[in-house]
Amino acid sequence: MNFLRQAWAVAAKDLRSEVRSKETVNASLSFALVILLLFSFAFDPDAEQVRQISGGLLWLVFAFAGTLILNRSFARELVNDCLDALIASPATGAQIFFGKCVANYTLLVAVECVCLPIFAVFYNVKLPQRIALLFLVMLLGTWGITVIGTLFSAMTVNLRLRELMLPTLIYPMLIPALIGAIQLSTVLLGNDPLGTENQIWFRLLVVFDLIFTALALTLVEIVLVG
Amino acid sequence: MRLKIIVALSVLSGLILAWNLHTIFLKIPDELNQGAIFRIIYFHVPAAITSFTGFFVAMFCGVGYLVKGDLKLDAAAAGITEVSLAFATITLITGSIWGRIIWGLWWTWDPRLTSYFVCWLMYVGYLMLRNAIDEPNTRARMSAVLSIFACIDIVIVWKSIEWWRTQHPGPVLSIRSGGGMAPGMEAPLWYNLIALLMLSAVLILIRMRQQSMQREIDSLRRYAHAF
Repeated sequence: MNFLRQAWAVAAKDLRSEVRSKETVNASLSFALVILLLFSFAFDPDAEQVRQISGGLLWLVFAFAGTLILNRSFARELVNDCLDALIASPATGAQIFFGKCVANYTLLVAVECVCLPIFAVFYNVKLPQRIALLFLVMLLGTWGITVIGTLFSAMTVNLRLRELMLPTLIYPMLIPALIGAIQLSTVLLGNDPLGTENQIWFRLLVVFDLIFTALALTLVEIVLVG
Repeated sequence: MRLKIIVALSVLSGLILAWNLHTIFLKIPDELNQGAIFRIIYFHVPAAITSFTGFFVAMFCGVGYLVKGDLKLDAAAAGITEVSLAFATITLITGSIWGRIIWGLWWTWDPRLTSYFVCWLMYVGYLMLRNAIDEPNTRARMSAVLSIFACIDIVIVWKSIEWWRTQHPGPVLSIRSGGGMAPGMEAPLWYNLIALLMLSAVLILIRMRQQSMQREIDSLRRYAHAF
């Protein structure tokens, strides 16, 4: 219980700071809209083509927009040496990390919830009847992005090229989760039947999330404290 | 002592490779369906196994550093990763050449190829991360954590042939079910694996020697600046 209370204190601090400044969410949302615009020049968005690649488009937008949120997660603590103060606080590395994860996850899911209907309008995609399943895929895929992104954000926070290093390091790492999320989202957005052959992608997402959450919680103390 | 080991291993791996080249090109007949190009497997598969072995050993060296805090283990992890990445590059290039002849494509987004390329990119990221951090202990810590994360992805690569439908050829070695090579044709592949493992050990030892000298030069430079 104490673990969650401390983690929530960190998450609430980050969320409160973001609600007041809105800098990361605004930047992430604007960036997502720019990507959606650019995609329209990359291909002719007719109905059949969009149906085939809708999942990929959506998750590329989420992944790109997510990096902006994740990049700022630990970088915002550098001002006035707040990161050192946070590490010196009674909260453990795992609690700080989990709190940051919850805050990033909330922000990223919020951006995704705004992007999804805009994507549907721009590309004339009907939101699926099984929207709850699509939402579940979004929650699972986003947790994978968040947990790895937050840990690597902590690892790269003191680097001069952190804006460049973070996407270079996390995108290859996220490929299995992105593949699973893209496959499932394409099937769901196309209103195709979700056969047994797609169950493996759900399992992959769950296993990916569990493994990397456990690993990140175990190793974050080494990353933050040494 | 280390120099003697390097020389002995180099000579041994060179002899095995020379003998193997003789066997592969002059003794073994062309494969019925693929023709002469099938011989690339004698370098493609051993290079892939060598790179995987290296990545895993590097992870254990990283874990060893996290437990003991010995920078020599970090130097070993870095050297092993660099050499393994070179072998991974050989695997990608030889696979691409084979694919051009047999599939008519230099590259296809087959799941196993994609996963292997993802692994390659992760270890390129590993070296980039190392170059970006100046402080040795922080560099060692971050590299070890990244190495552990990357190895989990390698497991997914290794299992991907069973998880996903793939156009990549099935297992060819007899130790795995469904192995498809004739016994006489399989032996040089194992000898090549031994030779490449020895060669990688030589390269790693040379790299570690360079790093140890670099540390010595750095400490002398600091000492000189102090006075």
